[in-house]
Formats: sequence, C-alpha cells, structure tokens
Amino acid sequence: MKELQYPFDGEYIIRKKKQIKRRLLESVNNEKQQLTKVKIAVLGGSTTSDVVACLELFLLDNGFEPQFYESDYNRYWEEAMFDNEKLSAFAPNIIYIYTTNRNIMSWPFMTDSNEQIQDKLEREFKRFQDMWESLEKRYQCIVIQNNMEFVDYRLLGNGDAVDCHGKINYLQRLNAKFYEYARAHERFYINDIQYLSACYGLDKWADRFYWFMYKYAMDIKAIPLLADSVSKIIKSIYGKNKKVLVIDLDNTLWGGMVGENGADGLEMQVDTVKGQAYREFQEYIKEQRDIGVLLCVCSKNNEQDALEGLNSKQCILKPDDFSAIKANWENKSININVLSKELTLLPESFVFVDDNAVEREEVRQRISGIAIPEISSIENFIREIDRNSYFEMTSLTGDDLQRADMYKANARRVKESKKFENYEDFLLSLKMKAEIKEISTEQVARTVQLMNKSNQFNLTTLRMTEGEMAIIMMREEYIAMYGSLTDCYGENGIVSVVLGYIEDRICHIKAFLLSCRVIKRDMEKAMLDRLVSECCHKGISELRGYYYPTEKNKLVKDFYSDMGFEKIDEDTYGNTTWKLDILRNYSNKNKVIQVEEIG
Amino acid sequence: MSRDEILEKIQEIFRDVFDDEQLEIDEQTNREDFGEWDSLTHISIVMELMQVFNVKFTMDEASAMNSVEKMIVAIVERGL
Repeated sequence: MKELQYPFDGEYIIRKKKQIKRRLLESVNNEKQQLTKVKIAVLGGSTTSDVVACLELFLLDNGFEPQFYESDYNRYWEEAMFDNEKLSAFAPNIIYIYTTNRNIMSWPFMTDSNEQIQDKLEREFKRFQDMWESLEKRYQCIVIQNNMEFVDYRLLGNGDAVDCHGKINYLQRLNAKFYEYARAHERFYINDIQYLSACYGLDKWADRFYWFMYKYAMDIKAIPLLADSVSKIIKSIYGKNKKVLVIDLDNTLWGGMVGENGADGLEMQVDTVKGQAYREFQEYIKEQRDIGVLLCVCSKNNEQDALEGLNSKQCILKPDDFSAIKANWENKSININVLSKELTLLPESFVFVDDNAVEREEVRQRISGIAIPEISSIENFIREIDRNSYFEMTSLTGDDLQRADMYKANARRVKESKKFENYEDFLLSLKMKAEIKEISTEQVARTVQLMNKSNQFNLTTLRMTEGEMAIIMMREEYIAMYGSLTDCYGENGIVSVVLGYIEDRICHIKAFLLSCRVIKRDMEKAMLDRLVSECCHKGISELRGYYYPTEKNKLVKDFYSDMGFEKIDEDTYGNTTWKLDILRNYSNKNKVIQVEEIG
Repeated sequence: MSRDEILEKIQEIFRDVFDDEQLEIDEQTNREDFGEWDSLTHISIVMELMQVFNVKFTMDEASAMNSVEKMIVAIVERGL
C-alpha cells in the first residue's frame, strides 16, 4: 500500500490506522493472497498499544498474517524471566522487546568513581542478558531487541559523550554490549532506535508530553517509523527480501544520454557538481553487489552505446559488475520478465530503479509485486532507495557474499546448455558433485534461509525459524538433510533441504525443496535417492509425499508422480498425498551427479 | 475560525480515529456517553488536534479534555 511506503506520513497512519487495516484486509481477501502466519509477543517497557497496531499494518502489507501477544504495562522483564503460562501457550515465533532508555535502572551519578560506573554498566547489561537467556531457554524463538536511543539533554554538554559520568557515554557503551551479544547469537536481532530517532529528530522523538500523559516513551507520530523498521527485520528473517536491483542508465546511473552525448559527454566525472553526485550513487550501487544483491541493467539504448558508457574510464560500475545487461528498445516490463527467466528468480524479488516516471508506471502496471522507489533527483537517490531496506541484512551468510558470482556462473551454464543436443549430455558435461548430509549446527542458518525463501521447487512451502530447525535436527524421529552442489563452473553452496518425519515405519516428507538456481539439474533425484537409502537403513518401508499447491509451486505439481509415487489422496484445495513403497525394488534415479558417499 | 468550523474539523478527526464515516458529533459529545472513546483513542484524538490546529496543549489541558466542548474552548482560547 502506497501509504505505508517510504516516505510515509506517520501522523496520517496513526490517525487512519483503523481504516488502513480495513483496506489491507479487504485487498488480501480480494486477491486471495496467501499470507505467512507469524506469532509475535511484544514485551514492553512502556505503552505499546500503538506499536502493536502499527506493526500489524506493516506486516499485513508485506504478506504476513500476524497474531500478537502484548505484555502487561512495563512487565517485559518479569514476563520474560519467570514461568509464564499465557506466553507459553501463545508459543511465539518472535519476541520483540520494546525497551527504551526510560527502562534503564542504574544510571551513573556524578559522584561515582570509574569503577562504580563500570559496575553499574555490567549490572544493567546483565539484567538484559539474563532476560535474553531466559527467553532462549524457554521459547527458542527469534528475539528482536531495541537498542537504546539517546537522552535529549546533556548535563555535561559535549563532555557527556566523552566522560564516563555522561549519560550519552553510558548509553553508547551499553549499546556496544548489546551489539556484541547480537553478533554472538543467531536468532537475536537489534532494532536500531538510536538511528531511527536520529533520522526523525531526537527532540521530536523524545517529546515528554507523550511520556507523562500516556507513558509512551516516544512521539506517537514516530511509531509507524519504528513499526516499519521491526517489520523489515521480520521480512528479512522470513526470506522476503528483494534479491535483484534492475537499474536504468541514462539520467539514473549517469547524467545525460549516452546515445546522444557519447560516452565522453556523460556526467559522472569527479570535477563537476552533478558528476560527483552520480559517482557517489554508483559507489552505493556497487556496494549493493558486495552484500549479494544481483545488479542488472535495463536501458532503452543500443547495446553498443550502453556498453561504451559502462566501459568508459569515468564509470565506476563496469559491465562485469552486472549479472545481466538488457539494452534494447523493448518495453522495460518485457526485459524484466526475460531477466526473471534468465536468473530463475520471480519478478517480485526485483527492485526497479528508473528516473523516468512513465517507465516506472509501465513496469508497475505490468509486473505485480515488483518494488519501484519513487526517485526524484540525483542528490536524493541514495536515501530514496535505501530507506526502503529492500535488502535488509539480518544475517550475512557466506553464500550471500558469493551470490553474484554464482548467478553469473549460472547464466554461463544456461548459454552452454544450448550447445548440447541431448540434455543429459549437457548435465554430464557439468561434472556435478553433490554432498548430501544430515543438517548440523553449521548449516542451520543457511538451510532455514533456503526453506524460508524458496517458492518454486518447494512441495510443502513449510517455513521455520532457526530455533525450530535446531530442535528438529536433534530429534531421532526426523531425517533432516541438506544437499550442496559443485560443478565445473563453481560452487552452488547449499541448494536443497529435505525433512522426513518418521512415524509407524512410514517416513512423511514434511519438506522437499530446491534452490531455484539448480532447478533441472537432477539434484532432486539425488536427494530422493539418499532419502530412500536412509529410510531403508532405518527399516522404513514406505515414503509419504505431500504437495500443497501455492501460486508459485506449480512446477512441482507432478513431482511425486514423476518419481514413481502413487497418489492416494486429493482434497478440494488440490492438496495431494502420495505413497511410495521403497522395499519393492527402488532404483536410483540420479544418473548425472556424483554423490559423495557417507563417511 | 468560528466554533462551527472548529467543530467540523474535530468531526473529521473523530471520523478517522473511529473509522466511521457517518459519525456525527456536537459540542455536548463527551467521553462518558461514548464507549469507544477510551484512553487509547483519546491519545490519537489529542495528538490530531495539536497537529490539525497547529497548537501545543499543556498536560493539564490535555488531561481535562473529556468533551468536544472543552476541545473547542481550548482551541478558541489560542485565538484561532
């Protein structure tokens, strides 16, 4: 919804929150959208009712169906520390601890010694740490914790930041300890209200009127900003981030038109005002690539002109930085659909950046779900894109850092495949090697990330948190496997997850999915072969497969049938159940991937 | 601004906050005979009044503001 996109009007959202919620629910119903259910417990150190109300709006707008638990007023610590039947029964996926500097119990006094202040700091931190550990022990779920915003007065003036008696200094040090804990703990995330309040303006954020009147620890009009930030963390954890940034060239990546001005006439040089602005923007885009965002060009130009521009000495981004370059005179929506096929990524994981409002509209109308920031003029581009946090990184995995290279290798594979008459010959030429093993602690983050973002080759679309996976992989009655794949072009990393649940000598396949990078490579056959052999090993005689249709997984509708399963049930929603008797001569299906034997 | 004009703007705020396009209020409308007007919606109403009329109420005023009439009086006192 446009009202909830940057730059939104916080006051408007608070005023119309009931109407906005009604409209969101209407549009969900009309489009028969499938929502991801998520249970969130908000444990507050001050009033949280509008925090919950706004968080609901932003999550609904991002394809979630949230359910909330709200702690009693300022009981965040007690509710987290001690047995809490209501919270246990609620079984949260996420606990959001909404605390602010109003909740700090021990501030430094001017008469304290350095050591006394150090003690206070440790004690204050420990109070939080005890609470986080208690939550981890009791609920094994994701925890999102506010850091501390600054106070809006400084007894020591500028010295408040420097001297250990200063509140500013104290808050900085406490925050640093929060971050250290976050770095050491998966499933623990910081919501950075220090940054939010700085952007909003600390004087407005810290308006005491709302504190004394209603015990709101911040300006109510800023709550949508806070809720937006929390919803972005949740989006990222649930794999709803964008993956591709498609960018226009003329007057977006550089000033001027390369077809008319020539590569030398473009504005991106160090010695002009606008040239500097375009260069800074190019650097920002290049940095996106470094965190695993795939860059693509989509420009109405002759390809040769576009390449000349990108190859010019002044240009910071080079053709090699892009996963694909579309420079032609087709409609941009057509090019984006082609890109989507080539990269095997859904268009809704794309962000489209173009200075031309007409082009933006053409793409917006034809491609649903694509994100298109309203950019205005070059000096504002970075903020207008960045504040949307399309690529919010809650955890940077090794695969993220290599992703651009992996996709490029994939594009090469697609080209190669055209040279072979017989597809199996092509697959053999890739010299694929797979490693298929039980999931252990090292793979939890990546396997959960894959489960939560794979849509196409995903039989059950089962989503889970790292906490849930950590439990499943320990339990005897589960077979939890991952598969990683290497070929002559490079490593693909972990690309498949299969979960089987064993009951009465039957293995129910709760999850079976592949990364879209390796669809049509027979990796699914290798996974099934290994599952069958594991099952035989455990004396299991039968596999049950399940297919739950969604808008995106039609590709695998007949997967179990193709693998020789027999359909035993189908309900009115098209959910199907399949059965395979594995004792009766199952023969391995994979013939093209060399699978590493288990130890 | 006349009292009627002020009342009209307050009515728009009430309609938004209670999400009821048909809602009619008058100066006599007060918290006692308006069940949905709880403390949480009161916060939004007060915040909106300050925003729409570009005034800042003191905490005393905001606490005492339990009827539409008192809102109008507080705004008229600001010379608007």
